[in-house]
Amino acid sequence: MNSDKISLPRLLLKSFALFAALNLLFAFVNPMPAIGKVSLYNWLLPGRERLPYGDDPARSYNLNLYSLEAMFASHQLVGAPKSAEEFRVFVMGDSSVWGFLLENEDTLTGALNQTGLQSADGREVVFYNLGHPTISLTKDLMILDYAMQYEPDLIIWPVTLESFPFNKQTSSPIVQNNLDRIRNLIPRFNLAIDASRSDLPEENLFDRTLIGQRRNLADIARLQLYGFSWAATGIDVFIPEEIELRATDLEANEDYYGLLPPELPQNFLALDVLQAGIDMAGETPVLIVNEPIFVSDGANSAVRYNSFYPRWVYDAYRALMQNESSARGWPYVDLWQAAVNTEFTNTPIHLTPQGTLEFAEAIITELANRFDFQP
Amino acid sequence: MSLTQIFIFAALGLLAGRFYKVFSRNWLLFVASALAVFWLQPASPVRNLFFILPAVSLGLAAVVWALTVPADYALNKQDASAAGSLAGLVLLLSASRYFDPVCCLTASRPPQMEITLLVVAVLAVFGFLVYRLGRGRAAFLNFGILLIIAILIVLKSPSLAEWAGRGIRGLSGQDASLASSIDIGWLGFSYIAFRLIHVLRDRLAGRLPQVSLRDFVTYIVFFPALTAGPIERIERFAPQLQSEFHLDGNRLLGAGRRLVVGLFMKFVLADGLAFFALNPTNAQQVDSTGWMWVLLVAYAFRIFFDFAGYTHIAIGLGLLFGILLPENFDRPYTKPNITAFWNSWHITLAQWFRSYYFNPLTRGLRTGNMPPWLIVMLAQLSTMALIGLWHGITWNFLVWGLWHGVGLFVHNQWLQLTKSRSAFAAVPSQVSTLLTFGYVSLGWVWFALPEPDNAMRVLRTLFGVGA
Repeated sequence: MNSDKISLPRLLLKSFALFAALNLLFAFVNPMPAIGKVSLYNWLLPGRERLPYGDDPARSYNLNLYSLEAMFASHQLVGAPKSAEEFRVFVMGDSSVWGFLLENEDTLTGALNQTGLQSADGREVVFYNLGHPTISLTKDLMILDYAMQYEPDLIIWPVTLESFPFNKQTSSPIVQNNLDRIRNLIPRFNLAIDASRSDLPEENLFDRTLIGQRRNLADIARLQLYGFSWAATGIDVFIPEEIELRATDLEANEDYYGLLPPELPQNFLALDVLQAGIDMAGETPVLIVNEPIFVSDGANSAVRYNSFYPRWVYDAYRALMQNESSARGWPYVDLWQAAVNTEFTNTPIHLTPQGTLEFAEAIITELANRFDFQP
Repeated sequence: MSLTQIFIFAALGLLAGRFYKVFSRNWLLFVASALAVFWLQPASPVRNLFFILPAVSLGLAAVVWALTVPADYALNKQDASAAGSLAGLVLLLSASRYFDPVCCLTASRPPQMEITLLVVAVLAVFGFLVYRLGRGRAAFLNFGILLIIAILIVLKSPSLAEWAGRGIRGLSGQDASLASSIDIGWLGFSYIAFRLIHVLRDRLAGRLPQVSLRDFVTYIVFFPALTAGPIERIERFAPQLQSEFHLDGNRLLGAGRRLVVGLFMKFVLADGLAFFALNPTNAQQVDSTGWMWVLLVAYAFRIFFDFAGYTHIAIGLGLLFGILLPENFDRPYTKPNITAFWNSWHITLAQWFRSYYFNPLTRGLRTGNMPPWLIVMLAQLSTMALIGLWHGITWNFLVWGLWHGVGLFVHNQWLQLTKSRSAFAAVPSQVSTLLTFGYVSLGWVWFALPEPDNAMRVLRTLFGVGA
């Protein structure tokens, strides 16, 4: 071929056509789930001890991404085939489970694993951190749905009132970027989430093209690249030297998302999502835990427990959870005061290593009582 | 250069390539290069510096041109047009501050017109005086070289740069106590300075070709090579402007290949490796010998792909405009010894130092009674020390330069030794390549880490000493 005769307009047109065809092919084949599973973790790099999350990637060697396949492919759970000697426990939940501002060994699962528990039948109990730092029961349910393929023997699900309101169920970015999964869960478990809501838009063709998925593809690549730094340093969270502590002096405000005392309507809370998790687990027991909160003794502490909760609503929530769990037969334990007040860090639910240890000890006591676990 | 800027330059080359019958390529390159100096210059915390520095870059180019023309040179119409165009472009850019729809090509809103007029007037008067009083005179040419070296020293030395920053902040009515060493981020000056010194030295030696003001300015601030080289020589660059050019299929493919390779090297490989390549932070976090080597090797390849990628991009963009820039890299990590490495790493910088420092120094030292080995040692150590300091006048770049100077000297002596003892020469090439790569990589520790304690910690960890 004589390249001198190449026509620039034809060259550009062909390039554009090829690019458009490639994008359309990508959209129709939808290889993102398969791409997400391609990972350097668990063979070239060690698996991460918690799901990827990082607001400051350059310092935490960790990042936020939305591909559950990629998130799980980077987790040590995927690289650890279950042996006959392992009793596998998943710990679901929010940032307090994930371990915000905590090294891996100081997280709830880190503390639980350090106790070397054995199950009633003598298997080694291994706890896996499947927390993710956004507060939404629906997000937990979505993660559990994906995680069930890894055969848990027990699921521990720490929750707090903030994860219950219906208006918070679908607002987190990870849910917004996995709407297909949510739409799939709604009919399966008859969830009271309106699938036609405006904040659950249908994914269009463009979103599925190579261009539409460029951010997700880049995130998956970045997750692999940060894996080298994670493997080299063991760092997956940035902990600043100075932490602004949770507020002690509070506003005299009894409003909770528009609710005022005295009534906390049951239909305000996504209890059906909790039920869905238990149904999803099937034969696998699920222990629901009301996690510890900071109880302020500062200004207006007679009105509010902390910056999250007015006293009236939190008391009503605890009573409601106690009643519902009894009525529905949920294994439930209320550990809202399992950590002392001095052991909370930047929010009313984030704990120090010592506070986490106290929380873990309370859970271990519960596991020993309910499931006959032995140290 | 950002991806967007590269794509815009490439699109300009593609479009312009169709219309060279309608307008002059040389004028296009002149105008585009002059505008690119402003466009590529990043914002500065010092008021108006983002505009004044590019204007001074162009002014310096014009002044040095005026200094280097022959004593009997008479300004012609084209030179006058070029000078007028330069002043007009700067004023036009400044005037864009009043027209929001077209503002701004620069990083921030350009300064007020009176400031720009003052800058242009000062540069014009300076250029005129130099042209009338100093052109072709050795004392002026030497002074020009010293002045450029002095500016380079100020910019490259953190303490002097901070001192200069304080002065400029004072002049612009800003708080001098907030000055830092990065206040004066003069884009591309390292390369501009070396091109200017090259033409001044060649003028002194009487081997500088006669070039018009338009083509001279284009050579000094040619936009593809402005930010990261290569350092082209004027006798190679200028004739390419005189030859006829049209963008045909072959040239387009050649340019496209270089651009694709460059973009891949820079934005995929180098930027990917940057996620975990050695840096001052992770150097303190890693305790494992194996992982420290991974980080170091990642750094070695990151810096290569970054720099070589930019060179490919510069060459690709140059080809789109009919200018073949020189190669800067020739698979340096595959070379079997440190001398071959330096013949293939940042080739144009090494050649520049060879021409204007190493060779004259060696010739000078040979006139005395020094033993040859001492001449080689002094020349190589001082040359490499200067190459190190060109990156920044800090201890770590000095040590990096000396590290390579020692390597070059030892290799030179090794060659002398093995000339007469062939058994020593039987080192397999793979082993020598690996040794050379290892030596160069260890040198990068100094390059990457400004703090001596950090560098020593990394070296100890690499060899499992006290880790």
